[in-house]
Amino acid sequence: MAKQHISFTLNGQKVETLVEPRELLIHVLREQLGQTGSHIGCDTSHCGACTVDLNGKSVKACTILAVQANDGEVLTVEGLAKDGELHPVQEGFMQEHGLQCGFCTPGMLLRAYRFLQENPNPTEEEIRWGMSGNLCRCTGYQNIIKAVQYAAKKMQSA
Amino acid sequence: MIPGAFEYHAPTTLAEAVSLLKEYGDEGKVLAGGHSLLPMMKLRFAEPSHLIDLNGIDELRGIREENGVIHIGAMTTENELIASQLLWDKCPLIPEAAKLIADPQVRNKGTIGGDIAHGDPGNDHPAIMMATDASFVLHGPDGERVVPANGFFLGTYFTLLEPEEILKEIQVPVFPRNTGYAYSKLKRKTGDFATAAAAVVLQLDGDICTKINITLTNVGPTALKAEEAEQLLTGKVITEDLINQAAEKAMAICDPAEDLRGDVEYKTHMAGEMTRRAIRQSLDRARGN
Ligand SMILES: Cc1cc2nc3c(=O)[nH]c(=O)nc-3n(C[C@H](O)[C@H](O)[C@H](O)COP(=O)(O)OP(=O)(O)OC[C@H]3O[C@@H](n4cnc5c(N)ncnc54)[C@H](O)[C@@H]3O)c2cc1C
Ligand code: FES
Ligand code: FES
Repeated sequence: MAKQHISFTLNGQKVETLVEPRELLIHVLREQLGQTGSHIGCDTSHCGACTVDLNGKSVKACTILAVQANDGEVLTVEGLAKDGELHPVQEGFMQEHGLQCGFCTPGMLLRAYRFLQENPNPTEEEIRWGMSGNLCRCTGYQNIIKAVQYAAKKMQSA
Repeated sequence: MIPGAFEYHAPTTLAEAVSLLKEYGDEGKVLAGGHSLLPMMKLRFAEPSHLIDLNGIDELRGIREENGVIHIGAMTTENELIASQLLWDKCPLIPEAAKLIADPQVRNKGTIGGDIAHGDPGNDHPAIMMATDASFVLHGPDGERVVPANGFFLGTYFTLLEPEEILKEIQVPVFPRNTGYAYSKLKRKTGDFATAAAAVVLQLDGDICTKINITLTNVGPTALKAEEAEQLLTGKVITEDLINQAAEKAMAICDPAEDLRGDVEYKTHMAGEMTRRAIRQSLDRARGN
């Protein structure tokens, strides 16, 4: 099948590449653009490890065609820290031990990043609902909730 | 996993999309949110050689009210349904059910039209559409037809949609005053499909139930309408005893497939319990409690 030219903004930088229409965004990010922060967990749209931000919304990049990102804006975990300084959600996961093996963490961070823009001052219940598309097999979630609360507090006071 | 090879089309008008579907016939398929279709394509359960992406068609989006009827574009996402004040005011069952579908990321992509057109008995909107007396506008090469939700679902992955037709819009009458409604959905975890679920919409005149719709999710090859249970309750003052009898009638039409969510007996039993809960909550709401 003929390849298609696509271009989009990735973590603030214009990127372009050639893709087959059947290629998924997650594969193009990881294999062609070298951004391996976003993980593939289940590959069946359940676990959220592949979560990235596309045009201001959290999406599962294992269930989006790369051609659908054409002309769009994509943010991955590689784009969260600015000038060597961690984003508050990253700092929260570190301070509150929101990770163990770390496999789910890039997806968790990207979802937490977007969730806190949708709801800057969430209750614990709202955090659980807002983060429910991301699975973690290690932490038992408690510290992930605390990490999001930490980030919410820090971003509110900023 | 990646899907088999296909050619990708991104029309910007409905007319263009329909003419592409007509051109490619059985080889073509439309892509909405992709959260049922892409997983199926990865598994080779679907292998279209032409994929027609509806995401660039603005006329398929949006929610508006006209003469007591709410029009919902087929490409409206679950999160857009949840964000619609119009729906919460005039037909709150739809956003309430949407909150019980999948998870935030999936709801950003998944559309009401895709959930309906897919014909999966595990999907929640079919029972909601039947409970709200919704109709569907189907747009084909020879024009449009409007069909009621009740009767649209013919079997698993099998609906009244012709291969060349696109579901354009959902039309739902605004809830009359004194309406009570509920969707009781049992699931193993947040984001799961229903083990069993029941939707109820009823109207009260004083204590008398003048109309009731009772529909069930994931306990048969399609969403089911529990007509005998509805008939039993219509025109009556609904008592706890009648609720139990109605639940028995709902259970009698269940024909669930055994899977990891449970065996036939368990799912049927749960459909009965969901029916009881949905009727009770609807009554409370209609009475303003
Ligand atoms: C983890 C996960 C959990 C889920 N949980 C639930 C749940 O609890 N409840 C639930 O209801 N669903 C659930 N789903 C399914 C999800 O809601 C899908 O988004 C939905 O079933 C299909 O909608 P879509 O817009 O993604 O359609 P697509 O996947 O793009 O399309 C589905 C089918 O419908 C056809 N189609 C789509 N739009 C149209 C149209 N306008 N006209 C004609 N044909 C059309 C397509 O050709 C395709 O055959 C879940 C999915 C995932 C991945
Ligand atoms: S890898 Fe995409 S949701 Fe699990
Ligand atoms: S830290 Fe291991 S899966 Fe979440």
